[in-house]
Amino acid sequence: MRRTVGALLRKELLVELRTLESVPGMSLFAVTTFVVFHFALNRNSVDGDLAAGILWVTLLFAAILGINRLFVADADQGGFDGFLLAPVDRSAMLIAKVATLLAYLLAFEIVAVPAFGLLLLGPSLGKAMPQLLGVLALGDLGVAVIGTLVAALAVRTRARDLLGPLLALPLLVPIVIGGARASSPLLALGHHTALPGRWLVTLGLYDLVFGLIAYALFDFLLED
Amino acid sequence: MYGKGLRALSISTVVAMAAALGLVFFYAPLEAEQGFLQKIFYLHVPMAIVALCGFVIGGLLAIQHLRTRDARWDMRSYVAIHMSLIFAVATLITGSIWAKGSWGHWWVWNEPTLVSFLIVFLLYATYQPLRFAIEDPERQSRYASVFAVTAGAFVPMNFIAVRLSTAYLHPRVLGGTSNLPGSMAFTFMVSLVAMVLLYATLCKYELTAKHTRAQVRALRRRLSGETGTARRGRSAAPALTASAPSAVGSEV
Repeated sequence: MRRTVGALLRKELLVELRTLESVPGMSLFAVTTFVVFHFALNRNSVDGDLAAGILWVTLLFAAILGINRLFVADADQGGFDGFLLAPVDRSAMLIAKVATLLAYLLAFEIVAVPAFGLLLLGPSLGKAMPQLLGVLALGDLGVAVIGTLVAALAVRTRARDLLGPLLALPLLVPIVIGGARASSPLLALGHHTALPGRWLVTLGLYDLVFGLIAYALFDFLLED
Repeated sequence: MYGKGLRALSISTVVAMAAALGLVFFYAPLEAEQGFLQKIFYLHVPMAIVALCGFVIGGLLAIQHLRTRDARWDMRSYVAIHMSLIFAVATLITGSIWAKGSWGHWWVWNEPTLVSFLIVFLLYATYQPLRFAIEDPERQSRYASVFAVTAGAFVPMNFIAVRLSTAYLHPRVLGGTSNLPGSMAFTFMVSLVAMVLLYATLCKYELTAKHTRAQVRALRRRLSGETGTARRGRSAAPALTASAPSAVGSEV
């Protein structure tokens, strides 16, 4: 199992390194979205709830770009068939894809979050960074799990570019709630309050439950 | 065989509905603050409860479909979710009317139940497009079941998450029946039973109609001497491969 996941993950990352299809596009999209937010809101700097909202909406929409592309190569170029012919546990593909998407998200946030701090955020990012990293990591895990399940569900339908986001967004609302509420005090001006623990617990539980659901259901999506 | 018990179910629904409406308008007392407007509570809340339970039941039926691979379970899951969607639209409309009447706005963001209901509705609104976008009937039913299970599990989690996000709660009529006066609680219970019966009857009607149509098609094909499987147009509804009843078939 571990070797299968490792091999699949290596293949995914190698493909991404050679084609550079997802991560650069997601990063560029995020930076452009910050510019759009600057003009749309007519604000030079944001803080608190507004900052957390902009950050999470941008991360979410950029993640959807990655989610939409996640299984396209497997569906169009026979990756599913090759995988199904191999005598390996099918859950390996779920774990490898979740890890891939998580890696994409972390890689693009290395660009997007500092860009957000530079372009839009009023208070400095430095002090909030360690705690913000924790919130982002938990949120990313949930986005990766739900994104993988939804991408596998949508990729072999005729309207996959449309159905993916339509399915993903409502399922991701609780992650936005948890992520935005947890990061809003971190990005606030002035006094720096402690991280609200209950949002981290909510995010963690949501990740866990959806991880189990995806683990239980993923096999059914790979049967033909 | 699918129409069995339909008449009894329909009659009991009509009776229960009439009883519920009678109680709502002539027995239940007027609420002190909201007056007559509060009567919508006996329609809105049972409908919301039935719709949400229908979504979750659709998920449970889908689990059964994934376990047994029997197309009938997929049909039941489809009908449960389809009917719940209709109830959900009605819930959103009545909820909006109630919000306008009592709080002055068509939409209130700090009412967590209403907001979570909208999110659940938006998710389930993609159920039919998802089915419609998959042509192979077997894969369509399998993918739809995966969606139904995921979404069914999402319903309670979403309610918890949205409730957590709203620190400020309105004084609520629907915080359980324990804080209602006895006559109101009784009326509410009768309304809830009537709504459950209405949901069950409508589901049974849809199931019966779908099976009857499949049987009529099979018979018509046999009459015109066609053999093999029928060509099926694109559809979001699950496919049924109903064979014509044998007694009729032998006469033909």
